[in-house]
Amino acid sequence: MTQHYGSAMTTWTVIDEQQSHLLESGDTLVLDPALLGWQRKPEGLCRDEVCIPVPADTPPGAMDAALLARLLQRPIVIDGDEHVAAFAAPAAERADALRSGTAPDFELPDVHGVLHRLSDFRGQKVVLYAYASW
Amino acid sequence: MWQALHEELAPEGLAVITVALDRSIDDPRPFIEAAGATHPSLIDTDHRVADLYNMVNVPTVLWIDEDGRIVRPQDVHYVSNQIASITKFHNRKPLAALRAWVRGDAAAYPGDVVADTKVADDTHQEARAAFALGWWLSQQGRAEAAERWFVRAGELAPHDFTIRRGSMPIRGIDPMGPAFFQMAGEWAAQGKAYYLPLPDTATDADDYEAEPIEELDLEAFARSIEEGR
Repeated sequence: MTQHYGSAMTTWTVIDEQQSHLLESGDTLVLDPALLGWQRKPEGLCRDEVCIPVPADTPPGAMDAALLARLLQRPIVIDGDEHVAAFAAPAAERADALRSGTAPDFELPDVHGVLHRLSDFRGQKVVLYAYASW
Repeated sequence: MWQALHEELAPEGLAVITVALDRSIDDPRPFIEAAGATHPSLIDTDHRVADLYNMVNVPTVLWIDEDGRIVRPQDVHYVSNQIASITKFHNRKPLAALRAWVRGDAAAYPGDVVADTKVADDTHQEARAAFALGWWLSQQGRAEAAERWFVRAGELAPHDFTIRRGSMPIRGIDPMGPAFFQMAGEWAAQGKAYYLPLPDTATDADDYEAEPIEELDLEAFARSIEEGR
């Protein structure tokens, strides 16, 4: 599969929200959609019951990162010099979640490293206050 | 002040959760320790909450009910008047609204929460990816490459100060210094607001009449910060 893209292999880091993954690719970032939770199938890119068609001329297997980002409607930034790329969540997904009315859940540590999850506070009113030292 | 509100309103069913959008646990630690915080005081070094809730500045407050539903669009509430003579945010209406909501005396918001909830577009999400890239490169010690992505992120989302100001400490720029005042000045010169408070609890002249605010003694304030408050 890598022969389509030709160049020498190097180690890339792919940041997907809070996760980072290491993988080997050429100068153009090519990756297995499984890294983002999607499978290549005859119908296209599939996750659970959803499949997104893939252009007919796309080589099988791993995919060009920019094409993958476009198909999944996930904004991507790629640094070809530093061999690192970052995917953002799709704006539509974030917007739908926020407008659904249910507060998006998250888990974060306190100063002692103890993790707290927003949904642990169900049954109570919550004031979520974001601030910074800057 | 959040600690005081926590102590006052926890018996009435309120959970106070603070989240610091900072580069490490050590940045907000002095504030959390000085406040003697006993409510969850969380650290969000990856700006996860900013992404999920489309926050573009701090402070940002969100109210969530017992069923986990957002009952008020994000708002700018300073709950302490300590620096009110600088911020021009008075705490009278926010505190009254919070107490009334917690005690069940008033609705959380007079408008349509969903209609008034601002969401990000794909360009803004791309900015968040650029910030993530800059932050990762910075943590790898690749400061020059990181700087390019922080600049790019700010260009993509010029209204997002969790990116533009929030990246300053990472980049070795004083977030209270000339670069900040230049940024804020340019923004204001375009007729744009640095803070976007909701109208129902926004500060009015009547707040100052009802509860006058003393001018901040800047030197004493600086000393109190120096001493860890």
